Amino acid sequence: MAVKLMQGNEAIAIGAVAAGCRFYAGYPITPSTEVAEVLSRELPRVGGKFIQMEDEIASMAAIIGARVGGLKSMTATSGPGFSLMQENLGYACLAEIPCVVVDVQRLGPSTGQPTAASQGDIMQARWGTHGDHPIIALSPTSVRQAFDLTVKAFDFSEKYRTPVLLMTDEIIGHMREPVELPDFATITTFQQSVTEAPAAYKAFRNTPEGVPPMAPFGVGYRYHITGLLHDEVGFPTQRLDEIDPWLERVNTKLDQYSEDIVMVEEDYQPGARLALLSYGCSARTARHALKAARAQGKKVSMLTLQTIWPFPEKQVEALGEQVDKIIVPEMNLGQLALEVERMVGRKKVRRVTRANGEMATPQMVLAALEE
Amino acid sequence: MNEKREQNILDAATLTADEALIPQADWMERSGVLQKLRKNKKFPTIWCSGCGIGVVMGALIRAIDHLGLKSDDVALVAGIGCTARMPVYLDFNTLHTTHGRALAFATGLKIARPDMKVIAIMGDGDALAIGGNHFIHAARRNIGITALVVNNATYGMTGGQYSPTTPVGRRATTAPYGNVEPPFPVCDLAIAAGASYVARSTVYHALELDKFLAEAIAKDGFSLVEAVSYCHTTYGRLNKLGTAADMMRALKDNSIAKNAYDKLSDEQKASNSKIVRGNFVNKDRSEYTGIYQNLIANVRGD
Amino acid sequence: MSEPIADRIEIRLAGEGGQGMILAGIILAEAAAIYEGKNAVQTQSYGPEARGGASKAEVVISSGEIDHPEVLEADVLVALSKDAFKKFASNVKLGGLYIVDEEKVDSHTVPQAVRVPITRIAFETTGRIITANTVALGVLVGLTGVVSRTAIEKAVLARAPKGTEEMNRAALFKGFAVADERQPSRQN
Repeated sequence: MAVKLMQGNEAIAIGAVAAGCRFYAGYPITPSTEVAEVLSRELPRVGGKFIQMEDEIASMAAIIGARVGGLKSMTATSGPGFSLMQENLGYACLAEIPCVVVDVQRLGPSTGQPTAASQGDIMQARWGTHGDHPIIALSPTSVRQAFDLTVKAFDFSEKYRTPVLLMTDEIIGHMREPVELPDFATITTFQQSVTEAPAAYKAFRNTPEGVPPMAPFGVGYRYHITGLLHDEVGFPTQRLDEIDPWLERVNTKLDQYSEDIVMVEEDYQPGARLALLSYGCSARTARHALKAARAQGKKVSMLTLQTIWPFPEKQVEALGEQVDKIIVPEMNLGQLALEVERMVGRKKVRRVTRANGEMATPQMVLAALEE
Repeated sequence: MNEKREQNILDAATLTADEALIPQADWMERSGVLQKLRKNKKFPTIWCSGCGIGVVMGALIRAIDHLGLKSDDVALVAGIGCTARMPVYLDFNTLHTTHGRALAFATGLKIARPDMKVIAIMGDGDALAIGGNHFIHAARRNIGITALVVNNATYGMTGGQYSPTTPVGRRATTAPYGNVEPPFPVCDLAIAAGASYVARSTVYHALELDKFLAEAIAKDGFSLVEAVSYCHTTYGRLNKLGTAADMMRALKDNSIAKNAYDKLSDEQKASNSKIVRGNFVNKDRSEYTGIYQNLIANVRGD
Repeated sequence: MSEPIADRIEIRLAGEGGQGMILAGIILAEAAAIYEGKNAVQTQSYGPEARGGASKAEVVISSGEIDHPEVLEADVLVALSKDAFKKFASNVKLGGLYIVDEEKVDSHTVPQAVRVPITRIAFETTGRIITANTVALGVLVGLTGVVSRTAIEKAVLARAPKGTEEMNRAALFKGFAVADERQPSRQN
């Protein structure tokens, strides 16, 4: 394909189509709306379906319903809408329904500043619903990566029967960059398939692999899906001998696949005692500072996270053993820094935070490197 | 005799009172209705004995059976509440969702599978309070979903709080001095929002429910059946309305068929306090998923 | 700060909502990225209103990777409104270029600013003030050569609504002509 100047939100929409998304439900909200606009145009062209729902609660519900009906599905929103989606997001986690939720983060809390960028929903992505469950959240640093990680999001959601969050931000979402997209024919994502006969099918079987295959409705597997704690066939249960194995499976099912799920970019310099750790738009600022520091002869390493959740514990822990200080620039008051501190200890972490809608500057990061 | 009854089972008017009230046991087995219950699900249901919701479940099964629908082609989507527990007992594709959101989940499912019959099963609080917005928008879109609202004028599962259909003056655990909020007329709401089919009956008039549900499910566009029920455990006790049987009898005594209601003078209509039973709307309006399918065909130049 | 990439050029186009400054930014970025094979990143900010309010597009052009995507200190500021000039005049590099619509902006605080009646020229050239953004692009490219005139012409024509190609070309060429009058040595 030819080089095209493309917006991050557009790349997400096109990436969804390339990944086989055939249903989108959403509610307009700045700065995510372009995702909906592009998909309202593109989905019918490939036989897919687009609907603008009455709110974000309904949007989240509709994409779950559509996936139960067999269509790969997605919604996109921003902070206030993401807050509204939390209950049904928890439903998708508990009922193990694959789907992709895009959050183009804007400045909050509340209505905040609709056109200003932020990375303030990082902890909400992890802990926004009630109860315990794992979640996958990815965050792109460029327009091309917005495309690639959207494809990954669909792949992971199908492979692991879980909602996947694409945590982007107003900067990446609205930024235009030249991209050359891959040939869509070369893009493959995991396809769910059930081989058992309907009578033997258990939609929530506690397999050692952790991810039982999912049958769509209407093809002979008549089963029950519920947001209540349930047994292997999906019926509500209060029996601990049924609940405990289920809890164990669902809460650990991603652990054995962390090699696949955790994606980071390590740009390490031998002998460096300082490191930068960042993600999303802030990683761009950090990389700018990294190059400037190296141009001045400093030795600095950098770890860029594409996977935010599950948190890349192993990689961050290993980095902590190599360096004296990890500088974490982010557009919030230090949300992901908390996780870095958890892995390497508070004394090793220097936060560079900005939560007023403006990007942190390379100077701010360089100043932290100078300390 | 049995054959005749089966033939006319959806025409309550042709049945004698005895026939309507006491269906013979073998009729259920012969018509395969029992086969629609889940064999691997433990019964009894969570409903209190004497509850009207079971009557609605029976009516729903009979309506689906009458239409000859394949079980694989039927999806039941429910929210949260006593009524919303219904799908778990039934051998269809069943999706028990979050409170108030059944119609929103059902919308996604119906769009993904326009060929399936999607029935959203909700109580009055589920459909009209927390889910009120989804209710009017599903009707506005005229998406081919049947909304089955069991209206017992209370939140039964949480213990008898006032709901958006509790009459003014009635007591609830959150209205100890009597409810001060006027109730929603459920059918009027659906009509105003654009539903293609709207009907109401009561759990006393079980066979009338069969008929309305069969018509509603057969309808292309958005359809609503309001099944007026009762909750003797909370609402009945708080308002001293007697036993389940007393409340069931009250539905018989305090309801009027639409045919009879239509013959009343304007004055009589104005002072009518009875539940009007009947089919209020049955019109042909283009259905949403069909319209969208055409849009896809046009965009693709098929 | 020292620039990690020597040829990073930062351009800020600012005006009121509805003046087409964001579109001008997109066209400039496309000229660089699509027609010259350079790297370019375009970002923007706008008021909540679709019309009126402040509107700003930023374009960073480089032959290498562009990391921080926003303008840090502009090499060029194009300002088509008083507010835009007031807001961004202080964030221009020492020796940077200011291009202002002289009938809309009081730029006496920046004596070296290039003052052009951009909106009036647009109206006189095409009869439409909406082409002011294209005139501005002509002046900008004509004075700086940040992209070639051929590249910006292709980019403008690719974005011009059907039937307005000639009008936009005329606006762009008028911008080039103005630039040549002001700085004949910078023709390219």
